[in-house]
Amino acid sequence: MIDWGWIGRNADQIIDRTWEHLFLTLVPVAIGIVISLGLTAVVLRWRRAFGPITVTAGILYTIPSLALFAALIPVVGLNATNAIIALTSYTLLILVRNFVAGIDGVPAAMLEAADGMGYTRSARFWRMEVPLALPVIIAGIRIATITTVGLVTVSVVLGLGGYGFFIYRGFQARQITQTLVGLVLSIVLATILDFLFVALQRWLTPWSRERR
Amino acid sequence: MPDQPMIRLQDVSKVFPGTTAPAVDRLSLDVGEGEFVTLVGPSGCGKTTTLKMINRIIEPTSGRIEVAGRDALSVEPHELRRSIGYVIQQIGLFPHRTIAQNVATVPDLLGWDERRIEERVRELVRTVGLDEDMLDRYPSELSGGQQQRVGVARALAADPPVLLMDEPFGAVDPIVRGRLQDEFLDLHSRLGKTVVFVTHDIDEALHLGTRVAILNIGGLLEQYDTPEAILATPANEFVEDFLGGERGLKRLALRPVSGADMTRGPVVDVRDSIETARATMAEHGVDWVGLLDGELLLGWVDASELDSVPLAGLAPKPFAVSLSPSSSLRQAVDAVVTSHARVAVVVEEGRYLGMVGLESIAEEITE
Repeated sequence: MIDWGWIGRNADQIIDRTWEHLFLTLVPVAIGIVISLGLTAVVLRWRRAFGPITVTAGILYTIPSLALFAALIPVVGLNATNAIIALTSYTLLILVRNFVAGIDGVPAAMLEAADGMGYTRSARFWRMEVPLALPVIIAGIRIATITTVGLVTVSVVLGLGGYGFFIYRGFQARQITQTLVGLVLSIVLATILDFLFVALQRWLTPWSRERR
Repeated sequence: MPDQPMIRLQDVSKVFPGTTAPAVDRLSLDVGEGEFVTLVGPSGCGKTTTLKMINRIIEPTSGRIEVAGRDALSVEPHELRRSIGYVIQQIGLFPHRTIAQNVATVPDLLGWDERRIEERVRELVRTVGLDEDMLDRYPSELSGGQQQRVGVARALAADPPVLLMDEPFGAVDPIVRGRLQDEFLDLHSRLGKTVVFVTHDIDEALHLGTRVAILNIGGLLEQYDTPEAILATPANEFVEDFLGGERGLKRLALRPVSGADMTRGPVVDVRDSIETARATMAEHGVDWVGLLDGELLLGWVDASELDSVPLAGLAPKPFAVSLSPSSSLRQAVDAVVTSHARVAVVVEEGRYLGMVGLESIAEEITE
């Protein structure tokens, strides 16, 4: 049933699609992180902005990806920019919420102690609040990344799709092997990225190892 | 009291936004250098607010605050705080930093060089009674009592003249609390820091403070005096109520046995004759006698055991409780009422000093 030979014959294409999938995952997440950091800074300064920002990000999040790709075609065309814009918009809700929750979750007693020791506001933020928020911040980036790995497959409608290309073409040509390869590789990629983020978090926050 | 108090509050008030009644109302309070002042009162009395205005964690609404002769309200808060040690109930150790890094916090902010910081950290860890092998651990790996010791070490790190403590021992169990209190008293007498200490526990306030400030709702200072004076003459009904019952016993708890009149008591040397022993018992009107070997107290024997054998041949029973000169008179009362002999025996490093009875104890607080 499974045509193992297909894998060998299409190795080059599999590698190309791997790079495409990685590119379409990491670029939107990276852009999402930059935008979310900005939005988080706004929220930390003006609390009232938190509601509108999360509502907007929430609405973006609910738009079906297929519809968003289609809606962007008249604006940016049928290309990678289209996919990157759409995929980036899906990361915002997860990222902003986690970034803010991370900072908010720093224990008040610890902040009071830091004030009492004579930290200035900015030193307290960078040396106390940010490091302590890291586990939650990284958790947010992790979830956003895994979500994006899955969503990338849908961009096949733009002629992209990473591993989604194999899934889609397998369906069309009724070739179960292609579909399975696309599916399995997509899961493998998500798992590897997930593992890397866990490793990154452990490396950055050695102190939280015992407790989490 | 030295001429220049280490901490001076003058007409300090705090009205929190959104409230009309002041949390602290025109409070004036001087704390002399090396004093250990405890702030105590019911909840809502503004004791914590008062403490936190000294290092400006809470900004006073009006009034004047001086710390070490300088106007605390005209310097940058972070500058002020680096010269004031601060310990809070929740401890607030930095979970992402090792014990060594936590202790080094203020020296680090002050820009000390690494070697000096390392030496200081090692010294402090010993001072507060922690093991050096804890230095590389994270706070979450320590027990509550150990964490609080780290909190104290961190507050002392840059050798500040003033230490502010907000219910520092409130979150640990009573046994650990008692030990931390005594260790901290010892630490205070060795280091000579000026300490302001907030507690809701009047017994803790009386036990630790060289002076106790009793506050009423709204930051009203009802009485500010030594524990002895407060217990002997409460300023008003509020203070009396707040002190609670057993004031006599509480006063006794503040005084050492060494201050009371000690008598030699019915004791004889093992080399004395049985007749001497009988005469001693008769003289004191008791049916037992204590046996000494030189200055060493061996124990006591009952009248019925005195037979023809020489005293040295008897097997004296040890006194159930023996006190040291630094034991409190309250412990002495306990020893008296629980002993067969109705006296408290005082011994210093094996050397017999004498006995105290209820009468000489009572005289101590009635005189």
